[in-house]
Amino acid sequence: MTGQKTVSVSAYGTAEGSLSALLLLADGRFPTGGHAHSGGFEPAAGVDGLNDVASLEAFLRGRLGTVGLVSAAFSAASCRIFGAEVVPVGDPDSDGSTAAQLALLDAEYEARTPSPVLRTASRRLGRSLLRAGRCVWPHPGLDRMVSLPGKGPHQPIAFGAVAAAAGQPPRHAALAAAHEAVAGPATAAIRLLGLDPFEVNAALARLAPAVADVAGQAAACAHAPPADLPANAGYLLDIFAELHATWEVRLFAS
Amino acid sequence: MRAHAAVAAERVYTAEGMARTRLVRLRSQAPLSLHPNLQALPLRLRHWLRDPRSGMSVSLAAGAAGPLGGDRLRLDIDVAEGATLMLSAVAATVLLPGPHAEESRSIVNIRVAAGAALLWFPGMQIAAEGCRHSTVTRVELAPDARLHMREGLILGRHGERPGEFRQRLRITQGDVPLYDQELAVGAGTPGWEGSAVTGGRRALGAVITVDHDEDRMTSFGTAVSPAFPDTAVLRVSERCAVITSVAPDALALRQRLDAALWQTDNCARTAQDERKETAVAAPVG
Repeated sequence: MTGQKTVSVSAYGTAEGSLSALLLLADGRFPTGGHAHSGGFEPAAGVDGLNDVASLEAFLRGRLGTVGLVSAAFSAASCRIFGAEVVPVGDPDSDGSTAAQLALLDAEYEARTPSPVLRTASRRLGRSLLRAGRCVWPHPGLDRMVSLPGKGPHQPIAFGAVAAAAGQPPRHAALAAAHEAVAGPATAAIRLLGLDPFEVNAALARLAPAVADVAGQAAACAHAPPADLPANAGYLLDIFAELHATWEVRLFAS
Repeated sequence: MRAHAAVAAERVYTAEGMARTRLVRLRSQAPLSLHPNLQALPLRLRHWLRDPRSGMSVSLAAGAAGPLGGDRLRLDIDVAEGATLMLSAVAATVLLPGPHAEESRSIVNIRVAAGAALLWFPGMQIAAEGCRHSTVTRVELAPDARLHMREGLILGRHGERPGEFRQRLRITQGDVPLYDQELAVGAGTPGWEGSAVTGGRRALGAVITVDHDEDRMTSFGTAVSPAFPDTAVLRVSERCAVITSVAPDALALRQRLDAALWQTDNCARTAQDERKETAVAAPVG
């Protein structure tokens, strides 16, 4: 067991240059179950009649600046906490405090996710991300997170932990999370509305500076007390998520 | 303009042993002006008080236009153990630009102690064109404190676009964060008009209830209904429900929030009736 605990001791910090791991983590094909979710685009398109790239882009900008920023900030904070754990991994006290810090982060994220439908979706995605992450980047810390009681961590908490296990620093976790906040729904929009993939990707390219900006803001608060992390809210995202859950016919889970 | 207003209430007992709420602090500073009044609690919250005379009502009036850019306003609300306070703004607040494009700031600190209750109606905020305003409201509730609040924001006066507006509302109970949300709109906030945030709608509002009375909380009905479009009843926890709504204008916002609340009241009545029937039926069975 002792041998297993030391496996990835050096992963954090030394592997910062491991961009291929970051690309793998940020790839929409990474098996986390994210493809089943539209990030709120399906109900928004239904209610507000979004049917073109321009309205998708406006949706994505709003999503990026609200739940995207929150998700990136919590991913960065989780990555920082989980990454810091790697060195004194054998110390039971530090292990407890890491778990406690992640639990605190999880509770703060919960307070920023008032929609019960989105909470359930987030925990489901968090669980499936941990499952994939444990297999791809084996790490005793991920094993411990899986064995914790409860419904599993929220998605950004799991994302930060998996990113740390993959040797990524908090700023990479923030960047990948901010990217996913727009890339996921954009892909969903192509499938939902049959939008031109070239045009949608051009919109994503236009959003790239905003993604970098949000990732920068998020990474800057990786060390902040969890209570002070961003809390920007997508008011319609919450309302639409509850509405979407009542639809009988839908393409996406959320 | 800088102003610091404060209100603090505590519970006292009359010679007959009846609980009453007394104001122990009432600090007004222009433009924030506080006045005790004799307003009764809203009907739907009467169950919070066995005796309607045991609560205290105070109104909040703005004695000047604004807040204007550059203003710093602070309001402290303290409800001590067992007391019940209702604090209501008498009119909407129009957030206006100042002469030097400075930011105006409002800070509201709320503490509600064990067994105490606060009804907080800050009124509508109207973000006028060119304003730069931020409001930070922190609510600290004791584990069995009660809160009912209703707030609303109108994005611009008639026919105008809003200035830059930010508002953060953070509610904690004990040490647990219950609700923490920030709204940001205006030129400095990319994407706020997209369908993730407002979708071009001009009014946002929320009704938040924190109550440890389980019967009361189970009365929050369906999350969504055609009777209140673009509105959702979010069960944040067993003790906390948030009705959130985004509407084309102030009138529609009020109607939607009322419709979602009305559903709640109906559910409560049905639940009560059912309990009464069970109570009557029980001895027979």
